[in-house]
Amino acid sequence: MSEQPEPIKKVSLIVSKGSLVDVYPALVMGNGARMEGMEASIFFTFFGLGALIKKTQNSLKVATVGNPAMNMAMPMLKMPITMPFPTLLGAIPGVSNFATWMMKNEMENLDIPTIPEFLEMFTDAGGEVFACKLAMDMFKLTKDDLCDQVSSVLTVGEFYERSAGASIIFT
Amino acid sequence: MTTKELAGTSVDVDAEGFLTDHTIWNLDLAAAIAREEGIDPLTDRHVEVLNFMRKEFEENGTAPSIRKMNKLNIVPTKELYALFPGGPAKKAAKIAGLGKPQGCI
Repeated sequence: MSEQPEPIKKVSLIVSKGSLVDVYPALVMGNGARMEGMEASIFFTFFGLGALIKKTQNSLKVATVGNPAMNMAMPMLKMPITMPFPTLLGAIPGVSNFATWMMKNEMENLDIPTIPEFLEMFTDAGGEVFACKLAMDMFKLTKDDLCDQVSSVLTVGEFYERSAGASIIFT
Repeated sequence: MTTKELAGTSVDVDAEGFLTDHTIWNLDLAAAIAREEGIDPLTDRHVEVLNFMRKEFEENGTAPSIRKMNKLNIVPTKELYALFPGGPAKKAAKIAGLGKPQGCI
């Protein structure tokens, strides 16, 4: 009989990008880890920090430029998934806002919370939210700029210390 | 599907121990499953949550999400995790005699 692999007990997720669809996967996976009884933390760095800043966390956008897979969103407009979406169209003012609005609607229908609510749900579930010190310094941010769910601002070294025994996932 | 002895009766469960027929559920079965999941005793507060989940299941065909139970003020997320430590959605559904939750959130 083959040996059962050891179950995952702890995950540390890293978010380094700040579009709406860059942030959700880590929140879904982190929250999902808590739901399965694993320890979970999410470390936000560089543009990912936008999801934690009180002034910006509600206005993350879907990037409609430079994404050759935008055709995936076509079924939301009742169009075929194979229909291309040229990147130039994505640059027209308002298109990113529209795509964001559409995506948020779709998420609400699927019972997916908004970013601030999701962060609250994740921390209520016992997950931890960290912000990257270096990126904070670079963007001239202080802890006061960040939402209440952030438990600490960490250096890279501290992040690794806290991630002892964890699977580290860069999203 | 296997048969299992729970609270003095034999019941059908799936490979992960979820009841295959939610209609046979009763509080004795719930307490027996809870004990297996490390929750002992099953308090009135647990039962309130379980009853809500079963009601939702009967109305909508699926167990409610953690978010929904929080939003409807049935049980705050923090408390739910404290009541059913180590995997609230799955454990609560199991103790409520419902199938394994299919949602990701």
